[in-house]
Amino acid sequence: MEITVRDAVTVLHGMGFGAILLLGFSGAFFILYSSAFAGHPWTGRQRSVANGYLIGLAVLAWIAVLAGAYIVYPWYRAAPPPGVIDFADYPKRLLTASPLTSGWHDVGMEWKEHCAWFSPIALTAVAAIVIRYGGRLGAFPGLRNAVVALLALAFLSTGVAGFFGAMLNKYAPVRGGPEIVLMKSEGHG
Amino acid sequence: MADTSADPITNGPGAATVLAAAIGALTLGVLALLGDAFPKISAALNLWKPTGALSGVTDAAILVWLLAWFLLSRRWQARTVNMKAVNWTSVALFVVAAAFTFPPTMDLLQGK
Repeated sequence: MEITVRDAVTVLHGMGFGAILLLGFSGAFFILYSSAFAGHPWTGRQRSVANGYLIGLAVLAWIAVLAGAYIVYPWYRAAPPPGVIDFADYPKRLLTASPLTSGWHDVGMEWKEHCAWFSPIALTAVAAIVIRYGGRLGAFPGLRNAVVALLALAFLSTGVAGFFGAMLNKYAPVRGGPEIVLMKSEGHG
Repeated sequence: MADTSADPITNGPGAATVLAAAIGALTLGVLALLGDAFPKISAALNLWKPTGALSGVTDAAILVWLLAWFLLSRRWQARTVNMKAVNWTSVALFVVAAAFTFPPTMDLLQGK
């Protein structure tokens, strides 16, 4: 059982940073609900943990988009050298070579590569506002609603990026580079 | 220790953060559309060849976002602003930004 370095980095980008980020939104929504809507009293330590959680979520979003744009995307969009007819190592070219799959690039990747960036920007704004206003956010209903909307926007853009990322990697996986042997098979059955 | 504070605070800094995020997103959308429509702009946005024009689109959007955040925060530091206006303006900017990054809308606007 082996995996290439490019496979591993792509998995880390999508199933590591991206999936953990998506899971993390539930906690962020809970923090907002408890703190700014339900008005639960929080201790200073609880507030610090919540702030750390939101900062962590924003950092995760930044790592996900930066790794996607500056590590995985160059592998994805690399142009095959002249004469190459096997596009297995050139995912963009592989997808656009057929009208049946070109939409995954023309719509999926073209949208994902841009809209994914709404997530770290919105999450950074959410973290900054929650940290600044703390337990007093509930006293500013307009601002509180804006924070919820920013969090929802970040969730949606992460979802779009995650969905198309998974589908793109299904039809044209980013592969190549040195192989990493994860486990040696004993040749069962 | 409960999380209460007696420090006076206005909605200004929060509003600045919200509007700046929307301005950053709009910048990203506009640059993505312009880069798609005009090869010369796409070439100018190609700051790092392996990533292509996406590098310039996102770097510029981040710079505009941070600059807008800094300037609006300074301006609204101690002010109470009309949050309804800020929110609806931000919604409009985010909707336009999302539309400009959506390839079918990009194609429609370019008459493709």
